[in-house]
Amino acid sequence: MQQRAQKILMPFRTAAAPAAAFEPVSSEYLPADRLAAWKARWGINRMAYKVKPGLYALGEPTAASPVFASANYKLSFDALRTSLKGFSSWLLVLDTKGINVWCAAGKGTFGTLELARSIREAGLEKLVSHRSITLPQLGAPGVSAHRVKAYTGFSVNYGPVRAEDLPEFLRQGGKATAEMRRVRFNFPDRIVLAPVQFVYFGKYFVPAAALLYLAGLKADAALTAAALLAGSVLVPALLPWLPGRAFAIKSAAAGLAAIAVLAPFLPFDPYQLGARLFIYAAAASFVGLDFTGASTYTSLSGVRKEMRLAMPAQALSVLAGLAALAARRFL
Amino acid sequence: MTMKYLPGVSTLKLEAAKCIGCGMCAKVCPHAVFWIEARKAVITDVDLCMECGACAGNCPTEALSVKKGVGCAQAVRMGFLRGTEPDCGCGDGSSCC
Repeated sequence: MQQRAQKILMPFRTAAAPAAAFEPVSSEYLPADRLAAWKARWGINRMAYKVKPGLYALGEPTAASPVFASANYKLSFDALRTSLKGFSSWLLVLDTKGINVWCAAGKGTFGTLELARSIREAGLEKLVSHRSITLPQLGAPGVSAHRVKAYTGFSVNYGPVRAEDLPEFLRQGGKATAEMRRVRFNFPDRIVLAPVQFVYFGKYFVPAAALLYLAGLKADAALTAAALLAGSVLVPALLPWLPGRAFAIKSAAAGLAAIAVLAPFLPFDPYQLGARLFIYAAAASFVGLDFTGASTYTSLSGVRKEMRLAMPAQALSVLAGLAALAARRFL
Repeated sequence: MTMKYLPGVSTLKLEAAKCIGCGMCAKVCPHAVFWIEARKAVITDVDLCMECGACAGNCPTEALSVKKGVGCAQAVRMGFLRGTEPDCGCGDGSSCC
């Protein structure tokens, strides 16, 4: 990796750096930005939120102004530029294929090589007199600070997790507090992620509910919708209060709770309702398990372990429910 | 909220002998897994680790290792179906990250 990087990057070391080209950018958050953020959260045309990679000038930066790196995802870039109101600075946007900083760092597109390439391409060493670049802390999974230093001469300074903490970070001379370094997953952080889960699984659950409704199974249509809402909305909303650590269990509990709320309105005897608990709690569990990907603290080893048990359990649960209903009908 | 997932699963390992106490791991870890004590990094609670790989990638002496990956069920499913490593396929209109 290191050797390959040297091979790719070394030619640029001696070649004259291109004249720095940059575009001005504002720190204002406009209604159009708000609308774009809202659409992105609902998964509408989600690949339309790419920012042009390259160098941007915020305010009136000079050779002494700080440099901040970001991803070419509009929500990431907007968070950075709007947090730097009143701070003239250089913003270096990496080509992360329109993916946010943390996910891109996980994939490696917000990474050592792309950062080194961008620094060279922007002609940063001619543009600024210092040799320091501030990265969002969540870019760290993709970046090796010591390698960036070796390849480009620039020292990576990891900033806070959240761009909103940048003004305080800068006031403290480029130091982040322990609080700034920790990710959160509080209610507002979780609930903004619900729409995209809802829309994604809605593609399957809404047509299924419509078919059940048309087939005269109105109660089952309602339960299908309830399983979708439980897995995609109740799970994010109630995550800390749902029982267990495993998301499949938390989500099954959310599904059971949703069915319990609907139960008084359903035309089922206890046997019929019991069979449906197995089916729809498993459906909610399946939907909610995917929220691991949106969470800020689940590990791959944990998700693998959970899925090895949860996927067969969910399938068996649905089959058991269907078998119970069929048995009642035919026996 | 408590940020602990399943206990006893993280692949994070620290070779104390290689550690020079530079503190980069403590800086980049989003879950405050590390603490620097007497010029050495110490793992406070390994169950807080989400295996993002930031610490290992930024450790200049390779004292840290972790099997880096995304804790995403959709990614694991996609990887299983395609026969590849877990890949969330972000950018194909998927719902994750």
